[in-house]
Amino acid sequence: MSGERLLDIKSLSVQFGGLNALNDLDFHVDKGEIVSVIGPNGAGKTTFFNMISGMVRPTSGDIVYRGESLLGLDPNQVTARGIARTFQNVRLFANMTILENVMVAQHCRTKVGVFGSLLNTPSFRREEEEIREYGKKVLGFFGSRLVGYRLEQTASVLSYANRRRLEIARAMATKPEILLLDEPVAGMNPKETEELTGLIGKLRSEWGFTIVMIEHDMKVVRDVSDRVVVLDHGETIAQGSYDKVSSDAGVIEAYLGRPIEGNAS
Amino acid sequence: MSDTAMGGTAVSDTAEFAPARAALDQDWRKVVKHGLVLGLALVFISLTGMPEGLNSRVIIEPWLSMGYLSLMWLPFAIGFAVTHEQVLEGMVQHKRGARELVAGAVVGLIGGLCLSLLVYLLDTRDLSDPLVNWNQPLLDFLTRDGSVADGVVLWLVASTTLGLFAGLMRIVPTLASRIVRAVLLTVVGAAAVEALINDLSEEFKLEGVVEWLYHPRGGLEPAGAIALAIVAAVFVLWLGRQLKKGSAVYYSARETQPHAVNAVSVLVVGTAAIVLPIFLGRLTNDLLVNVGLFVLLALGLNIVVGLAGILDLGYVAFYAVGGYTIAILTSPTSPWISPTLPFWLAIFIVVGMATLAGLFIGAPVIRMRGDYLAIVTLGFGEIIRLTVRSDWASGLTGGAQGMLSIPGPDVNIGGWTLPGIGWTFPKLEIDLMGTNPQHILYVVMFFVAVAIYVSWRLENSRIGRAWMAVREDESVAEAMGINTVTAKLQAFVVGAILASFAGAVFAAKVGTIFESSFKILVSIVILVIVIVGGMGRITGVIAGAFVLVGILGGPNQPGLMAEFSEYKLLIYGALLVWMMLKRPEGLIPNVRRSRELHQDEFLQDAWLRGEVDRDEAEGSGEVAPA
Amino acid sequence: MRQRVRPRTTVDRFLTFLRILLTGLVVFGLFAFLVQQFVGPDNPLTRALNEDANRLDWDAFRGLVVSGLSQGSMYGLIALGYSMVYGVLGFINFAHGEVFMVGAMTGLITSNKLFEAGVWDDAFIVAILVAVLVSVICATLTAVVMERIAYRPLRGAPRLIPLITSIGVSFFIQNTSSLLLGPGAKRYPVLPQWLKDEYGPTWLRIGGQKILVVVIAAVAMGALWYLVERTKTGKAMRAVAEDKEIASLMGIDVDRTIVTTFAIGGAMAGIAGILWGILFGSVTEFTGFLPGIKAFSAAVVGGIGHLGGAMAGGLTLGGSESLAPQLILEPLGVTGHTQLKDAVAFLVLIYVLLVRPTGLFGERLSAEDRA
Repeated sequence: MSGERLLDIKSLSVQFGGLNALNDLDFHVDKGEIVSVIGPNGAGKTTFFNMISGMVRPTSGDIVYRGESLLGLDPNQVTARGIARTFQNVRLFANMTILENVMVAQHCRTKVGVFGSLLNTPSFRREEEEIREYGKKVLGFFGSRLVGYRLEQTASVLSYANRRRLEIARAMATKPEILLLDEPVAGMNPKETEELTGLIGKLRSEWGFTIVMIEHDMKVVRDVSDRVVVLDHGETIAQGSYDKVSSDAGVIEAYLGRPIEGNAS
Repeated sequence: MSDTAMGGTAVSDTAEFAPARAALDQDWRKVVKHGLVLGLALVFISLTGMPEGLNSRVIIEPWLSMGYLSLMWLPFAIGFAVTHEQVLEGMVQHKRGARELVAGAVVGLIGGLCLSLLVYLLDTRDLSDPLVNWNQPLLDFLTRDGSVADGVVLWLVASTTLGLFAGLMRIVPTLASRIVRAVLLTVVGAAAVEALINDLSEEFKLEGVVEWLYHPRGGLEPAGAIALAIVAAVFVLWLGRQLKKGSAVYYSARETQPHAVNAVSVLVVGTAAIVLPIFLGRLTNDLLVNVGLFVLLALGLNIVVGLAGILDLGYVAFYAVGGYTIAILTSPTSPWISPTLPFWLAIFIVVGMATLAGLFIGAPVIRMRGDYLAIVTLGFGEIIRLTVRSDWASGLTGGAQGMLSIPGPDVNIGGWTLPGIGWTFPKLEIDLMGTNPQHILYVVMFFVAVAIYVSWRLENSRIGRAWMAVREDESVAEAMGINTVTAKLQAFVVGAILASFAGAVFAAKVGTIFESSFKILVSIVILVIVIVGGMGRITGVIAGAFVLVGILGGPNQPGLMAEFSEYKLLIYGALLVWMMLKRPEGLIPNVRRSRELHQDEFLQDAWLRGEVDRDEAEGSGEVAPA
Repeated sequence: MRQRVRPRTTVDRFLTFLRILLTGLVVFGLFAFLVQQFVGPDNPLTRALNEDANRLDWDAFRGLVVSGLSQGSMYGLIALGYSMVYGVLGFINFAHGEVFMVGAMTGLITSNKLFEAGVWDDAFIVAILVAVLVSVICATLTAVVMERIAYRPLRGAPRLIPLITSIGVSFFIQNTSSLLLGPGAKRYPVLPQWLKDEYGPTWLRIGGQKILVVVIAAVAMGALWYLVERTKTGKAMRAVAEDKEIASLMGIDVDRTIVTTFAIGGAMAGIAGILWGILFGSVTEFTGFLPGIKAFSAAVVGGIGHLGGAMAGGLTLGGSESLAPQLILEPLGVTGHTQLKDAVAFLVLIYVLLVRPTGLFGERLSAEDRA
């Protein structure tokens, strides 16, 4: 599935006190793709996401999104441009309600300011309504779990799986073009994982997102990815379809010979 | 907790001694520790001079004064604390019984011993250098003008009894303890607000009742106290239930018809606000003006600290900006600027200056760590105060001598004649020269209403949500597309404007302005109000201002109970620490914040109650903290 | 994690402008001073800026430097406590200034008692040592109790909570002092003459008190250095400051180490307290407040968490506070320049945070505390 090239990353490197977290990394994503980034722990995957989203600055290399470099942009500017992310250790706004979490995520897509809010202008009311509705729509993507009476509960009461879902919903609410999902199914049980895997596919097919996903669960990777990129020690050591990558000798070695699950079936 | 054997090894003995054994089944270390803490507290309070200082406020003449109450609440409180049992999941709360009584009594006993020791030492040794309150009056107070033996016995008995009583409170059914609490609150409260009642009674022609209730020299008459106690008990027993039903109705109405409820509340409160000052005497009006100014300040700081999570310790700087701008613009004596503007015109310039100040102070600190930000803003506050005070700026600000002759916020409308038609508008002249506290109160209420409106609207708006997100997790907020720098600056500016309103009214009301009104102390008192009232919650903050500034007093002004003036700062400091340790959310907490800080407890409780969804498939109601 | 440079937003431009403005003012002020001093007060620049200009004579200058250094060493001693606590627990102990005040107060009480007993005059050295001991003990006790009651329960809470708590503690201690001991200034007994005399060659005459202060501060600093760098306790402290969790996994008793940190910081503040008493002779309940904030600024200026930096920061701050009014403000024509001494201290903090936020020697914090 190749559409236009959205994200083009060239020779990306970053050093943390002498350690090369990312080393001359090349990466690209085309519109409509679902790309998985895998690799052993410490390979630099989350650092990679942090760099795309603007939280960490590279020491060299370039990140180009739709022809424009993302270097030097603040995270909120990156999000406004169209790249949203979730976090590995779920970082919800725990004391805001579930609806508020997805409402606040639409901040960069809305514009009513202090004056409009104070004067309760028609455009303020209209925008608030739109924000609410869109928030509910996004939450509705996950079925009946995050709707109804739930909306006004604070995010802290959610179960773990629902927190992960809300995390994704929040990223969706920023109306991005690319979704960076950092270990979306971590800690979920098999049933939840299966469900979410299906949802990730729908994120692309129904909502049109392009997805880059860091994952450790190889079944999910196999089921959902168009392409798999394997990182180790900050470098790409393999790229291609799941089957190709999972039988690559270098990849197997990087995982210290551990047979990749799902291959046996 | 060891089971102290009561002698007798045969099993048959155990049954007889079981109650006694149960009573003695204590965590003795905990009890002794609490007892010593109580003793230390009692001695400490005595030596600060608080009991003597508060003695002038009589609660029930001639039985009880605030002075004695200030000591007596301690055995009760600590006795209550020692019997507190935290029931964690899986534990069963043991049956309350003699054990609580013993614990409370022993704690009281130990405390009483310490205080008795103090009495003895007061008599035999002289430590008046360095302890200034180590003197005869203290001894007389503690012994009730009797002998040392009298004092020792008095406190041993009193403290032990109070501790026992506290333990008792744990045993009796909840209703009884509720009644006790209501009675205490009513009686002490009635004594505390005596001045207020007196003031009101004049207007409402209730002097007769007041005379019967209160003793001429102050405090309640015994008969009055008993009457009030009965009223309180009755209230809890019969009316309490009605009240519960009523509030349930109110809350459900709020859910279903928020607009109607809001409109009605506003109408009710608004009418009360407009009508009440007419009935209140001068004293109360003055007090309310003071409280109102602090409500205004606290609401402003609430936006900065409570909503956006920015600890601004230099908030008083904006207060000063408002005051000095008004002074410079409206006072004919301001040295550099000669033309004078009317208050209501100058107020617009005040808004402008406050915005500039907010931006100017906010910009450098916006990227700093929370605690650095606190100190730097504190520094800014001081820099402004010192600059304003210096000779160098005295040309503009009057330096240490301040500025005088600031006219009040007069309102002069009307009296114009429409040309052609020849009809003259009726002239509406309100002289607010600060000589009539009633009119000033209306001005204050106006600005407070503005502040409430602003807070309320912004809370539920895009920017309010952005502020909350910044407070929750700043880097994630940024990742969600919020420009945190802009958001924080906006919080600063809104807070600054509200504070400057307070400053402007303050300057106009008092008619003069001096830099000594803008010390760091003021910022901190406002912070105490916001925190004690519950960060982020409008009603809580207002309540906090009323309780703290209204009753105990503000930084430079006495409250309803003026005798607390010397001690209020001590109490505020202790309150702040206690609030942070026990409930960092304040008296009327914003439910949200409450969750954040009691996260684990709440999650556990919620999970137990089934409020947390356990996912259908597995019982993976695994609740992991965020 | 923020490593990027953002020169483009309005806020950044404003901040850069501020940096340039402040630096420019400092440089220009110094320049005007030099002109005023060496060219003489009768030149167009000086006459334009500062009509009442006078040459600063050597004695006055020397006096400023010496008082700046002696005050600075006290700030440095207090700053050590701030720096250590921040390095280990990651929050500002607002009440540390009150620990200093407690030291000063208890030293005062002891000194006065010794004075009444005649020991002060007869055996001053003994008396002062006793006073130092008492004030150190009391200050340390205050710090330890503070940690136990107010801060330990808040271990792990978001950083602002202990800060707010410490504000409450600060208030509480201040008012405890004024209520128990009475408000108003209290005076130390008169120092023996030999301490008040000036020593040294004619061009460098320094009051005995100031020499004493600097010497004692230096000795304390040296002792602290030895403790932190060479002893096991110090190693434990450094480990806990680096990473509490790992330190506990290495078998270090974290709670004990934290208490030790507070205690040592308190002891330093106590020493500073008695030195303050020697230098200024009077103490009120508010004596701790301003020096406390300034000392924290000093810790930041030197690089929070860095002990040498704390002392360096203290000296820098003390020196700037003392010299800037005369060397920068006065030549620029600011009247009443000495009144702005305290403002200078805060401006130094703001300046350092604008220009070099990690301080002179760089921050030494655990990974979780770095913003």
